[in-house]
Amino acid sequence: MATVSEHPEKAAAYIADRSRSRWHDGALWFVRSKRDRMAHSLPEWEQLRSTASQIKAHTIANLPEILQQFEANAKARGVHVHWAADAQEHNEIVLEIVRKQNATRVVKSKSMLTEECHLNPHLEAGGIEVIDTDLGERIVQMRGERPSHIVLPAIHIKKEEVGETFAKYLGTEPGASDPQYLTEAARQHLRSKFLEAEVGITGVNFAIAETGGFVVCTNEGNADLGASLPRVHIACMGIEKLIPRLVDLSVFVRLLARSATGQPITTYTSHFHGPRPGCELHIVLVDNGRSRIRDSDEFRSALGCIRCGACMNTCPVFRRSGGHSYDAVVPGPIGSVLSPAADTKQHRSLPYACSLCGSCTDVCPVKIPLHHQLLTWRQQIAAQGLLPVSKTAAMRAGSMLFQHPRIYALAGALGRRALRWLPKSWVYNRANPWGLDRDLPEPPAESFRSWWQTNRQGTSVDEGMKSKEAKNGK
Amino acid sequence: MGSRARDSRQAILDRLRSREVTPVELPAIFGDDSISQVAIGFDDPATQFAGTVEAVGGLCLQVGSMQEVLNKLEQDEVYRDAARRCSLVGDEIPGNVNLQEIEDPHELSSLDFLIARAEFGVAENGAMWITDRDIRHRASLFITQHLALVVSRQSILCNMHQAYERIGQPETPFGVFIAGPSKTADIEQSLVLGAHGCRTLTVFLVDEPA
Ligand code: SF4
Repeated sequence: MATVSEHPEKAAAYIADRSRSRWHDGALWFVRSKRDRMAHSLPEWEQLRSTASQIKAHTIANLPEILQQFEANAKARGVHVHWAADAQEHNEIVLEIVRKQNATRVVKSKSMLTEECHLNPHLEAGGIEVIDTDLGERIVQMRGERPSHIVLPAIHIKKEEVGETFAKYLGTEPGASDPQYLTEAARQHLRSKFLEAEVGITGVNFAIAETGGFVVCTNEGNADLGASLPRVHIACMGIEKLIPRLVDLSVFVRLLARSATGQPITTYTSHFHGPRPGCELHIVLVDNGRSRIRDSDEFRSALGCIRCGACMNTCPVFRRSGGHSYDAVVPGPIGSVLSPAADTKQHRSLPYACSLCGSCTDVCPVKIPLHHQLLTWRQQIAAQGLLPVSKTAAMRAGSMLFQHPRIYALAGALGRRALRWLPKSWVYNRANPWGLDRDLPEPPAESFRSWWQTNRQGTSVDEGMKSKEAKNGK
Repeated sequence: MGSRARDSRQAILDRLRSREVTPVELPAIFGDDSISQVAIGFDDPATQFAGTVEAVGGLCLQVGSMQEVLNKLEQDEVYRDAARRCSLVGDEIPGNVNLQEIEDPHELSSLDFLIARAEFGVAENGAMWITDRDIRHRASLFITQHLALVVSRQSILCNMHQAYERIGQPETPFGVFIAGPSKTADIEQSLVLGAHGCRTLTVFLVDEPA
């Protein structure tokens, strides 16, 4: 079953290729800068964020009522509504709908939920061809990889590598790497898939309780083709995607694309309120652990996430270590909050993949206090005894040191001498992972304790500071 | 699956009900102190709109009448080269594909040019609202190689709050905001126009006093 995955090990592989790590960092910083320009162009940005955060908090508090209202209104519009307690049930429901059509070809537009449920392998095992139609997702699908980012699934791949992949699967010129040329090849290939498909699957960005409809946002138009050509459209959504009223969309549509890619809105923002004449529309409502996160006072607000990816684009750890290092469907700061909620042991290292700089919290359009939640996770992981030995041993040693002033003084004296005299290889080695990318400071000649004893003995800290300021001529 | 699915519905609702969560008030979108009161506005929304349409990759042409739309189209190479054209804006602009005569939207796969009307436009993001009220096949909007939209200069709103206030309650099963041509930046963040949907979007901003 689930093996424990350690972020530092996975990240090390990515960081080892320094130029790639730098390139990835730059690409994401570029997106983050575009987001900043957009946020600064709206004087009401902060009010938008608080309004969004309040709407989500209200929704999460009233979730059972809001879900039932949504279900009733969707049914009244001729939509089939399904409920799935977990990933397995979600996959079974989707496969059964596809089978009822005697369909074998499915086109899918980007959906983190189906990714989370591992829908593709389930359908494929049932003999169904599933084609991801978002260009970035199609690229990773062909390469047999997983998306490394929730909005920019192929951000870790270089255009030359896309060229190699397309030469192999789509017959493009070997060595070609022009994005325009490669996109055109994908357009032709995917058009034929859209025309062949019997069922289209999409995700959901927002579902509206008051109207029983839902909204899907894309730039490419793939969700729209997938939903308007095949006779059957299946929309898969987590139960947290709801909002109460249609007008609430005005808040979220303004925030989503600006936070995600720095666009004022996505090219297509499609509102589905019922099937096309003679066609079928299905909605699958999925829990898969969400109701459990709602139970927790500390992490509840993470359910408000609108999957914009802004927290990843700004995160200094994500930018350098790459999305795959998180070994989770949702990576980055929000993934590091959500993944341990699903399986604490497996994802115990993720809350440590964080510098606590707080940048994620600053950019989050729904004001999830991400870095506070990551800190809370660290406490819970330590309390559950899930820390790796390397961390617990050091912490136990530290705690002993701080509790015994004499040993502390002795250790300090030894340390100052050791750092000066010991050969480098004795200080920087495998026993000191901290020193891999950092230099220890030049040790001072005298410890603070002995400086205090000669200069300030008998004075309080306040007086000591005053006399120091007086000396500095303040 | 039938009964198990019903069980899951009940199980999910029961699980959610078993945990009382402190209520949070739903903020007002309209009215005093609401977000719509402080949202960005423009002295001249139509000019702002025209600029934003270009910024998101579209071409915006300001015209006085539908006759002028036709004149502009006839000067346009893309339109002249289009073999299969569909017009949903009235007889002034002729077409040779009639959506009403088409049963299966797959037949639209070779559509080259579609011109349709948008109900209104939004200055802050260049988006235009279109519903399937008069469009038999919604696929036509996405499958056409080139798309032109006609929108009235007098219909341009400042921001999305005004847009949803105007939409009110959706009466048709489908409505979409379209802002610019289909695009992607999935290959090394280079912007490429024409991913799956239209390769070009032309917006005719028509002056038609109400
Ligand atoms: S946590 Fe906030 S910033 Fe991160 S993806 Fe979700 S909404 Fe966006």
